[in-house]
Parts: sequence; C-alpha cells; structure tokens
Amino acid sequence: MSQNRNFEPQRFISPVVKNLRPSGIRRFFDLVANTKGVISLGVGEPDFVTPWHIREACVQALERGYTMYTSNLGMPELRRAVARYLEERFGLSYHPDKQILVTIGASEAVDLALRTVLNPGDEVLIPEPCYVSYKPITLLCGGVPVEVPTTQARNFQPNPQEIEKRISPKTKLLILCYPNNPTGAVLDEDTMMAIARVVEKYNLLVLADEIYAELRYDGPPVSFASLPGMQERTILASGFSKAFAMTGWRIGYVAAHPELLAAMVKIHQYTILCAPIMSQMAALEALQHGLKDISYMVEQYDQRRRLVVSRLRDMGLDCFEPKGAFYVFPSISVTGLSSEEFAERLLKEEKVAVVPGNAFGPSGEGFIRCSYATSLQELMEALNRIERFVARYTRLAKAVAHG
Amino acid sequence: MRKNILKLLENNSKLSPKEIALMLGLPPDEVAREIAEMEKEKIILRYTTLINWEKVGEEEVSALIDVKVTPQRDVGFDEVAARIYQYPEVKSVFLMSGSYDLSVLVQGKSLKEVASFVAQKLATIEHVQSTVTHFILKKYKQDGVIFEDQITERRQVVQP
Ligand SMILES: Cc1ncc(COP(=O)(O)O)c(C=O)c1O
Repeated sequence: MSQNRNFEPQRFISPVVKNLRPSGIRRFFDLVANTKGVISLGVGEPDFVTPWHIREACVQALERGYTMYTSNLGMPELRRAVARYLEERFGLSYHPDKQILVTIGASEAVDLALRTVLNPGDEVLIPEPCYVSYKPITLLCGGVPVEVPTTQARNFQPNPQEIEKRISPKTKLLILCYPNNPTGAVLDEDTMMAIARVVEKYNLLVLADEIYAELRYDGPPVSFASLPGMQERTILASGFSKAFAMTGWRIGYVAAHPELLAAMVKIHQYTILCAPIMSQMAALEALQHGLKDISYMVEQYDQRRRLVVSRLRDMGLDCFEPKGAFYVFPSISVTGLSSEEFAERLLKEEKVAVVPGNAFGPSGEGFIRCSYATSLQELMEALNRIERFVARYTRLAKAVAHG
Repeated sequence: MRKNILKLLENNSKLSPKEIALMLGLPPDEVAREIAEMEKEKIILRYTTLINWEKVGEEEVSALIDVKVTPQRDVGFDEVAARIYQYPEVKSVFLMSGSYDLSVLVQGKSLKEVASFVAQKLATIEHVQSTVTHFILKKYKQDGVIFEDQITERRQVVQP
C-alpha cells in the first residue's frame, strides 16, 4: 500500500470507537498464542464438537440446495421450534411470528436490544464481573454503563439494594447474565424476586443474556422472564453456542414483547437481513433431536466442575462453587499476586492459560477465570501445574508477611 | 452409582477412587468399597490401556476370522468357543448372528504367524467347519477412540 502522508486514518475514526478500550483479553491472547505447549483454561466455548446429527442436518440442507436468504425473522419452522422449546423448558409462551427473531448468536441479540432501546445518556445497570461486551456496546449506543459490583461474599449475586442505589431518572435497562460468565453464579430465587420488584418499581427493562441457561448443575434451567410480570419487560437473548456446542455456527435468537421485537427486526433487516440458512437448519435439528446431547454434556461438565472446585480448594484457593456455565472463578489472594500477575506468571512458569478476573470488571480483581470445558486429562494436568504454582507463591507470600 | 463409576473408569482407568468420588459427589470410602466389590464380583475384570502400537513402531498383525461351526448334538457353540479362546493368540471371541457363527480376533507378530495359526490350530479344531480370514489393514477407531491425531486443539486459546 502506498503511503500518503496527508492521509490520517485516525482523524476519521469516531471518538466513541477511539476511546473504546480494547478487550483486556486481547493482549493476553497474543501472549498465550506465542507460547508453546500451553494448556488453555482460557477458552470460552465447549470442548465438544457439535453433535454429528446436527452437522449432518446442515450437510443435507446444503446437498438439497438450501443456500438462499430466509425471512428476516428466520425460518418459520425454527421460530416455532424455539417457541416450543421455551415453552417446554422454561414455561414461557412466545408467539413464533411476533415475538421471536433468529439472530447471529446471542451476540447480535444483545447488540440489537441495546441499539433498540438506548437514547444517548440513558443509563444501563450492569452487574460485574460480567461478559465483556455489554459495556462497549452500551457506549457505542451513547448509553452510560453503570456497573454494579458483585462479591464472592454474596456468592456473586447482584444485591438488589446496590442496584436500587444506582438507579436514576436516566436508568432504562438492567442487564442480567445468569448463569454468569465469568463467575458461574446463578440467581437464587430470593434475589431474582427482589430484583424483579426493583425492576417493576422503577419501570425498567431487563436484558437477560441466558446463553448459559442449559448449563445448570443445581436443577432445571430458569429464565428471568418467567417471573411474575417480567416477561413483557425482559428481552431474552439466547442461542445455541453453549448448550449445543455450536459456537462457530453463529446462531441464536431473541424473544421479547411484540413491539420491542418489531423494533429490533427493523435494525436486523437492514444490518443483517437474516441469519445464515445452513446454521438455521442445524439449529432446527438441534432443537428437534438434540436435547439428549445437552444432558450428556452437562453431566460431563458437572463431573469436571466438582473435581476442579475441590482441587482448587485443596490448593488453598478460596473458590466459590459455580452452579452454572463452565467456569470457576477462584480467589487468588493467598498468592499475593494481582489477577494479571497471576495469569502472566502462571503462563510463563507453568504454561497454563487462565483469564485474569479484572478483564470482566473491577470486581474481578483478585480472581482468575478457569474454564473446565477441556478434556479431563488436560484439566488434571493443568490443575497439577496450578497446584505447584500456587504452593510456590503462597510460601513466598507467607514469608513476606512474616518479614 | 455403580453404573456411573463404571462409565468413568471405562474411559479412564487411571482415575483414583477419590477423584471419582469428587466427580460424582459421593463419599470416597463408599466409592472405594464399591470398586473393590465390583472387582471381586468380576464386574471389573481388568484395568487396561488403549495403545496405538503403530506409533511405537511395533509391527503387529491382527485378523478377524469368521468361523462356521458344524452343529452337533451334545456340542454347543459354548464348547467350541471354549476350545478356541484357550489360545493366547486369540484376543476375543464373539458368538454372531448371521452367516457365520463365531467371530475370532487373532493377533500375531506377522502375517505368516497369524495365517499358520489359523490353518494349523483354528481350522483343525473339531466341529470347525470353515474359516474366512480378514486381515486388519488399519485401525481408525477402537473402543470409541479415534486413532488419528486430528484431535489437536482448534479453538482460539483465550476467549471472553
Ligand atoms: C455471556 C455471554 N453472552 C453471549 C456470548 C456470545 O454468544 P453467541 O455465540 O451466541 O454469540 C457469550 C460467549 O462467550 C457469553 O459468554
């Protein structure tokens, strides 16, 4: 490319984008990618490949020539299947033609929801630590993210009083991501009810990112939308990535009040047109015949989860017991290291990658996120390495403390 | 509980009773006791390792042999099978439905060794009517494990 010194690309980039902080994970990614022999517990997707019958449905669709656009909303059969699934699994009733939109993963659903409701200056309550995309998307919409810290002492439950304290006349939306990435926390019933009361009292909307809903280890999945009075106020974002091991298919959906959905469809039809038909075909197969795959994978995750939590605790790390998703979020304070120091040194010294907790918000400082979506063998080897590492630094920290 | 323990061990016999107990949320001594009992009851027969011998550079020849048995009064399939499975060269024996009766897996150091075992030992057993030998050329998958090294990590190493 020829260089014209008078052309300054930076001048063209909008200040909002310019000021957007690059994901903390990105920097760490390069570090890990450049180290050989690493066992990564930093991966945020299933270690299972999409079940064969689902892949086969896509192959067959291609063979039969399904290569065209679908309706903006997504294939009617798929929307009906999603509606049936939400009814059977969560007791939620949505009209497949008016309340369900098939999206490019839960990612697009989150983006659509925020773009649809936010005016510049509107405040969005975001319990953190949480998934990394809510804050930047809010900023891109001109919204103001208002973080609500959660703590291990309160099992990473968002405290309804802390939420209420941060509500202003500009507050419009509360984002709930449970089961949570990165903590693995799920909402307990009392907390859910109390949050619902706050939402009602202040006339708020809720964006419920329930992409991990199926990965529960304490009972059947629950949706925030199923609480009394909450369905109309909840924009439910979900998808196939985690439950069916379908991350690469980029397929999800959003379910909402018909008027909110119609508004979201306006953006979706101009920006996306429709989700890819091959992925829609596969998703349909997943809903029709894939529920047994979920229970198999959940059983495997659950076994690993118990093992990991117990091993981490035996090492002396204070580890909250996650009840959902496939992450554990242990405190590393006994090592005397910050999250980033811990992750960087663990990578350098023992070749295990974990994600520093502060990548998910200020309250994540002092924690690391380990994914147990990794084969049992790798997981056990990684735990052995972490054990050595923690023992070394705990000794050091103690020696320092005793002068 | 037994089924869950067995499913774990079947995949990884290296797991300790303590690890199994953790994974299943059971008391460790109970798991240890249950395993010991299943060993005694011959439910658990052996702890094995699945090896890709080809990678070790070890030449090893296996053949699946279809064996037809002449039906005889007083001599059932079990007796014939028993005579066959005594040989250490025989790794497994199955009674089959269909066009032949016993499926026998034989292992040897060379083609010649296996062939001569079939001709001299197997085919000469009383009531064995005929044998058809199929040499195994390549193992793709065994006991649910794919032998190819394609299972390398394909996911991005760190993700949100
Ligand atoms: C909380 C959360 N929401 C959404 C996503 C993205 O999901 P999808 O693949 O459906 O876009 C992820 C992926 O890691 C996630 O952790």
